[in-house]
Amino acid sequence: MNFSNLFGIPSAPRRHRGQFSRRNRERFSLPHLSSSLRANRKSFLSPTLNSKEYIIALAGNPNTGKSTLFNALTGLRQHTGNWPGKTVVQYRGSCNLKGKKVTLVDLPGIYSLLTNTIEGEIARDFICFARPDAIVIVVDSTCLERNLNLVLQILEITPKVILCANLMDEAKKKNLHIKISELEKKLGIPVIPTAARSGKGLNKLKSAMDDLICGRITTQPYRLHYSAEIEKAISEMEIELAPIVTNGLSPRWVALQLLTGDSTFINGIEKYLAGKQIDGGDSE
Amino acid sequence: MTDKKCFRLSSLPLRKQGIVASIKAEGFLRGRLLDLGFVPGTVVEPIRRSPLGDPTAYRIRETVIALRSEEGDKILVTLNKKGAMMP
Ligand SMILES: Nc1nc2c(ncn2[C@@H]2O[C@H](COP(=O)(O)OP(=O)(O)OP(=O)(O)O)[C@@H](O)[C@H]2O)c(=O)[nH]1
Ligand SMILES: [Mg+2]
Repeated sequence: MNFSNLFGIPSAPRRHRGQFSRRNRERFSLPHLSSSLRANRKSFLSPTLNSKEYIIALAGNPNTGKSTLFNALTGLRQHTGNWPGKTVVQYRGSCNLKGKKVTLVDLPGIYSLLTNTIEGEIARDFICFARPDAIVIVVDSTCLERNLNLVLQILEITPKVILCANLMDEAKKKNLHIKISELEKKLGIPVIPTAARSGKGLNKLKSAMDDLICGRITTQPYRLHYSAEIEKAISEMEIELAPIVTNGLSPRWVALQLLTGDSTFINGIEKYLAGKQIDGGDSE
Repeated sequence: MTDKKCFRLSSLPLRKQGIVASIKAEGFLRGRLLDLGFVPGTVVEPIRRSPLGDPTAYRIRETVIALRSEEGDKILVTLNKKGAMMP
């Protein structure tokens, strides 16, 4: 596989983000960039004029209460209901965190980053390539084990993660007791118990989001270790990838994906590197 | 468990419980089935089959997941004896 071909082009910086190199800046004058991206050029080039706008994504398995949480935090009314697969594109809304304007992105539910559905790809591409300032993973506290699979996958991509243990009221009804602080220790990220429908725990969640994006807390995400053979391959590839994967993607993670050989992922990387907007869903 | 006979998950009758024994697939499909919770040792139960027999909805790990028969064919299960614990 030719890595430099895959990764050699500098990526387009995502929207609303300030820092990028001169090389990237030059890319903005290239004609192949989409017009909407070019229209946003100003906001890229003068990030200091406006105060920084943060982006926080809500991710998680289907039907865990992401849209309910999104509505509660933004005051919007996204489609919710008790069956999986309601949210099929990403929705945006803004929310105020201690005076900071934050754009929340409500993503479709997924069980895994390995996905072959359109809505799955929307969620995966956002998680992998849009580089939000934080990801809140909303899990169903009544079946944590199932949900933790995706959590571990996301922790391989970014350390800027908060776990929102939602549906706590349902877990209580089922007499499930979740050891929040133990979970925090094991995963190395903040875990906030919530019941989004009744608004319980949302203030704590908001302060954790604020703390994370302001750098007041840093996380130490649990890292999966693979077999010696795979780890060896990863570290060899990491060395080669490190100089070319400079745009915020983790070389370890990219190496893992290449080893997995998932072609949809490779398409995603290509899109990302071609400067196509991946955050192009509906907004509100 | 004495009965170690393996079936394809797709041939498990409705309302009979199986225990995932192995996945006969590689690459993307294998990863995806594992991610959906079809991990060896997990109890799975077909709860609904569409009129044409495909796809089938399975209850697994507190969630209902629909699989096409091509996918269900790749999962081998043993019959769950009554009373086995639901993981
Ligand atoms: N009891 C209880 N119900 C909740 C809670 N949060 C959400 N719900 C309900 O759970 C169901 C699913 O909520 P949604 O917000 O639509 O879930 P989602 O994660 O956006 O689902 P998808 O978009 O399909 O992935 C709805 O019926 C909500 O009212 C909670 O904390 N407690
Ligand atoms: Mg939703």
